[in-house]
Amino acid sequence: MGMAADSEFHVLAVDDSIIDRKLIERLLKTSSYQVTTVDSGSKALEFLGLHEDLHDRIDQNTPSVSPNNHQEVEVNLVITDYCMPGMTGYDLLKKIKESSSLKNIPVVIMSSENVPSRISRCLEEGAEEFFLKPVRLSDLNKLRPHMLKTKSKDHCKEQVDEKTAFPSPKQEGKEESNNNKRKATEEGVSPERTRPRPRPRPNGITTMV
Amino acid sequence: MDVVNQLQRQFLDYSASLHREGFLDDQFTQLQKLQDENSPDFVVEVASLFFEDCEKLINNMARALEQQGVDFKQVDASVHQLKGSSSSIGAMRVKNVCIAFRSFCEAQNREGCLRCLQQVTHEYSLLKNKLQTLFRLEQQILAAGGSVPAIE
Repeated sequence: MGMAADSEFHVLAVDDSIIDRKLIERLLKTSSYQVTTVDSGSKALEFLGLHEDLHDRIDQNTPSVSPNNHQEVEVNLVITDYCMPGMTGYDLLKKIKESSSLKNIPVVIMSSENVPSRISRCLEEGAEEFFLKPVRLSDLNKLRPHMLKTKSKDHCKEQVDEKTAFPSPKQEGKEESNNNKRKATEEGVSPERTRPRPRPRPNGITTMV
Repeated sequence: MDVVNQLQRQFLDYSASLHREGFLDDQFTQLQKLQDENSPDFVVEVASLFFEDCEKLINNMARALEQQGVDFKQVDASVHQLKGSSSSIGAMRVKNVCIAFRSFCEAQNREGCLRCLQQVTHEYSLLKNKLQTLFRLEQQILAAGGSVPAIE
């Protein structure tokens, strides 16, 4: 049904509500993503291979990552509910962005409540998008550009899809320069959500601005 | 074929009335659109989860409101959850009661909360019956060899 490239993307969905987990799972699968759902932030971190007690020992100067901190499964995006008991979506976002091994994973926040200060706080902390619940299929179309950014250059040639932000139709093969791709995906980010321009994040992956 | 047409019309009329009377909103239609051959029972499954969740939350609220010193934050937490689930499934009337319910929690108004609890229980059981009727109609259509019409 979908492009083969789509099922390369694996989304981790976090929500304490079983109904919302079922819903987001269906939405993501309909969009041809692989999905894993968990019911808490701590389970999400566990799945991502990050254990809280090790977090402090990993500093950005360390080139190699401790074996216990190794991400078991590749996750291309985390989508999380904001209001959860224990670790909120915001807390989870922070932990991911503070982790040298996980900070490049795009994070999207969902919330049933439209609280502008909450939204800007999340975006400032590095969330890519903030979706109001109930989430629609059209919201999920905004995810692909963020996931494409994190894929390595080698996968580029398979990701030809009208729905992405590429301004030119079907590219022949690999991108000549990553610059074009970056700009295109950035332009594709929806302007409808009010959000401050994200500050450049220091990170190890060269494909990001 | 006549039987199928009749059933289909019944289904559409009933569905329209549920929307018209505010039991269901557009979100329910969105759920129906997400159902396909890969997930043929999706709506029924979500509805079942919702009813289970409802019962559990209503019980939580009732217990909390029975206490000598009511923990309104606890009640509110359950109402918040129920508001979220009902919104996700498109259960508009249940959701609307939850909105009023939350105001009473905030105002720490026990009487108001109890009234809302009664209302939410009532709306939940009404909706449950109506959805069961709707699902039954779907099954009858399929049993008669027809297909369930898509809701616009």
